[in-house]
Parts: sequence; C-alpha cells; structure tokens
Amino acid sequence: MTMDYVLETKDLTREFKGFVAVNGVSLRVQAGSIHALIGPNGAGKTTFFNLLTKFLAPSSGTIYYRGTDITREGPAQTARRGLVRSFQISSIFPHMSVLENVRVALQRKRGDSFRFWRSERALAGLDRRAMELLHSVDIGEFAQAKAVDLPYGRKRALELATTLALEPDVMLLDEPTQGMGHEDVSRVTELIRKVAVNRTILMVEHNMSVVASIADRISVLQRGVIIAEGPYAEVSRNPQVVEAYMGSSAEALAGSH
Amino acid sequence: MRAATLFYLVLGAVALALPLLGVYPVFVMKLLCFALFACAFNLLLGFSGMLSFGHAAYLGSAAYVTGWLMATQGWGTLPGVLAGAVAAAGLGLVVGLLAIRRQGIYFAMITMALAQLIYFVCVQAPFTGGENGLQGVPRGEVLGLTLNGDIALYYFVLACCAGSFLFIRRVVHSPFGQVLKAIRENEPRAISLGYDVERYKLLVFVLSAALAGLAGSLKCLVLGFATLTDVQQAMSGEVILMTLLGGVGTFFGPALGAGIVITLQEYLSDRVGPWVTVILGAIFILCVLAFRRGIVGELQALQARRQARALSPGANAARDE
Repeated sequence: MTMDYVLETKDLTREFKGFVAVNGVSLRVQAGSIHALIGPNGAGKTTFFNLLTKFLAPSSGTIYYRGTDITREGPAQTARRGLVRSFQISSIFPHMSVLENVRVALQRKRGDSFRFWRSERALAGLDRRAMELLHSVDIGEFAQAKAVDLPYGRKRALELATTLALEPDVMLLDEPTQGMGHEDVSRVTELIRKVAVNRTILMVEHNMSVVASIADRISVLQRGVIIAEGPYAEVSRNPQVVEAYMGSSAEALAGSH
Repeated sequence: MRAATLFYLVLGAVALALPLLGVYPVFVMKLLCFALFACAFNLLLGFSGMLSFGHAAYLGSAAYVTGWLMATQGWGTLPGVLAGAVAAAGLGLVVGLLAIRRQGIYFAMITMALAQLIYFVCVQAPFTGGENGLQGVPRGEVLGLTLNGDIALYYFVLACCAGSFLFIRRVVHSPFGQVLKAIRENEPRAISLGYDVERYKLLVFVLSAALAGLAGSLKCLVLGFATLTDVQQAMSGEVILMTLLGGVGTFFGPALGAGIVITLQEYLSDRVGPWVTVILGAIFILCVLAFRRGIVGELQALQARRQARALSPGANAARDE
C-alpha cells in the first residue's frame, strides 16, 4: 500500500523543552496530488515541514519516502532523493544574478561542484536549460538582473524555478503566496498548478481561496495535532475546523465557498 | 573588467621591475608573503563568509616545518616549501573538521582555541627552538639556480605569490566557487538544493590554510628563520586588520591592506616603538567606523554608484518592471 503514498509520516513528534510543537502526526501524501496543510498560526506547520525536510530531527516517529525510512538522513541527502522544499520567506541567493540562481541548482547533478580548478565558463552549458526554466515562470527577461532587485512576486517565481531545476518528485512549498498582492497570488497559483503535473506537492497555505482552487486534499493541523483531513468541501464543513479558525480566519474560510 | 586587467598588468610590470629600481628586495618579499597570507584569509572570510580567528597557526606552523626540514634535514627549497604548505593544509583539515560544525562566532572561537593549542605546542616542542626560534634556514636552490642572491629569491617569491593569486581568482570563479557563493548568500537554501555544505566549507578551509602555509614557508625562506611571532594570536588579528582595511571580499584589497600594515610597521617601529600597535588599532577603528568596505571595497562601490547614475533611467524602469 505504501507505494501509493510518496510521503508518509508515522506518529511524528517534536518537542521543544516541554512544548510539543508536532504531536503524533501521521500523514500520508498521495503520489501526484496537491496536498495542502492548513491551520492557525503556531499550529506546527513549519515545524512539520522542517521535520520532513530534515532541517529538524524528530523527538520520535518515522518518515517514509516511497516506502524507505528517511528519518535519520541529513537534509541535503533527502533533497537529493527528490524531496525539495521552499521556505516561508522568499529564499534566493540575493547577490547572484537571476540566471546564476537557477544555474547553481542545475549544477549539482553534474557532479563537478568540487572542481575548484575549473573555470566557471564550464557552467555556460547549463545556461540554456536555466533560461528555459526562467521562461517557464515568466522571468526570462530578468535573467541578468541581481536577484535581490526583483520585485517580491518575481522572487517567489525565481525560487520556484530554482526548485524546479532539481526536477524534484515532491515539492514542499511553505506559504508560497504569503505577503503577495492579489495579482501575484493568482499568478503563483497558476504556476503551482502548472508545475504540479507529474509531481506531488505538499504546501502550507493560509490563503483559503488558493487552497480551495488547487488542493486535492487538505489536512488541518491545530496545536500540533491533525484534527481533520479530506477534500476541501468536506473539511471546510467540519465543525472542529470551523472552531479552530474562529475569530480571524472564520470569515475567510466561509467566504471562499 | 578591462580596467582591472590593465591594473594587474601594470602591477605585474612594476613588480618585475622593482629590483631594478633599487627597492630593498627583502622588504618587498616580506610584503608579498603577507599579501598572500591576507589573500588566503580573504578566500575564507570574503568569499566563503567564514571568520577564522586562528589563521596564524597555518602561517607559523608551515614556517616551522619548512625551516626545520631545510635547516636540519637537508631538504631542498621546493620540497621544503611544499611540505610546509601541505602540513598547513593537514592542520587546516583537522581544525576545519572540528570547527565547521558550528557557525559564526562559535566557529571563530573554535578556530581560535585550536590555534592557541598549536601556539603552545610550538612554544614547547624541541624542534621549534622555543623563544629563540628556529635560526639559520638556508635558501637553497630551485632548478639548479641558487636563491642566495636577494634578486633571484625575489623572483621566486614573486612567481609563487602571483601564481597563488591567480589560483585564488580561479577558485572563486569556478563551479566550486559558485557553490561557495551560494552557501555564503543563503546556507539553508543551498542545503535544500542538495549540497552537503560542510564538505564545501571544509575544502575551502583546507585551501585557505594551505595558501596561508605557503605564505609562511616563503616568509621563512626569505628571512632565514621561523619564530613564535608568526604563530601567535596577534598575527591572527593582524591578518583580519589587513583584510578589512584593504577590502574584504575584493581580490586586491587584502594585498593592499597587507602592504599598508607592513609598511607602517616597518617605518614606524623605529620611530614610535610600541605605539605602532596603538596606531594600527586606531586605523582599524577608523576603518570600521568610516569606510566599512575597506579601501578597494569603497572604490568599487563608488564606481558602481557612478555607473548606476549613468544608467539610471533604464535601471529604474527595469526595477519597476
């Protein structure tokens, strides 16, 4: 059965000095789906992400990737398996050019990254693929600009292009539309839909209309525990979920119907 | 880029002609050694974002190794100098393995503690000569040419330093250098792209230690002795001063900084004695307060601002997309 699930956690728990941020989470992500993880602030979503990508070690529990136990692996090793994450705040290499940002991701698989005696002109062979990736997220025209000079929405697009350069099987996106204006949100939502073809996406997202429009399945996390799971229509009617979102986000949840 | 190439060509020509101009070669050689030392340090701090507080350990140990091998074991110049650099690289490997597990100030503290350890070994070990230092290191010969004359040695040292300088440029502009830059800019992101960042950091640490060692070996050859001065904590601080003063993260800055510091020391020590340290300290404070990018860094920033102003209508349009 495990083979249908590309990513699976069993009783994943992480404690910080008596505070349980993630508490016995068992989550299964179906291959080829877009799976959203939602929940109020402080619910443990980012901690859960950090556990999945090995930036944090769990206190207990197990993580399986395609049936293999990867709980004890290092973060870079897990990334090389094809499980690649983005970060909550746009994560780029600010003082490298837009093209170089993508190229440094493409470079890894070539295996010459330790060759300190070679000219970087050897990397020019990757430029074409890098440009393709930049065009695929509509930032090809900025290739020579410094990444730090891009507007915010474009930075997130660049981050996506860099992640895509690794041809990951599973992409973990941490709040891909956070802090964006309306136009950028719909652009990035379209992009995610586009790149989700032939791969699996697990995303943390606050924007309910984004979740409603692209997620196949939703898990709701509250105080470190999964309180509901299922398709959007089902989850959004769950009284526990509505209660968890009481106050700030209750209207957002209802309003997106 | 054109201007930089021209600058290096002129610099190279001047360096080649210096002995003919009647400049005291030993002083210039000492200066070259420190320039190389600062550039090696800068490879780590400026291009990889790692602050080592114990780089004197590599400079000093290599000087002792080269001095000991040549003075007492009869080794030739090339093998002796090479052995010094290799020993420094080995030391760098051990220190690096321990230090790169931590970041920032913790990294710096570990490098400093281990460098102090190496200093005390040098004080106590019999072959270093303790407080007296290791004296009477011969200059030997290279490819059948004796280096006993200052001019011959000068060209040998110049060739080694120029070669190392080009090597550092190559490392920075290599596929490896690109990864280093990515790690310096955003380490978590580099990890998430699948790079084992610790291995890259270790390699650059070893390269930097080896080059610092080469500088120490050459210095030992030039002066004919190796002493505790090269291995003590003050030297680790001095190289930070040189690098920051000239411009951290620039290619030529550290060399310029080394030139300024060594020249000041040379000319002031006779006149003001221990006040040299105070003067250098004041310069350091001034540098940190008034021109944080260092001399070369500030000049480059000035040039960049000028270019931006010349292009400004176009640049602004691009930014507004």
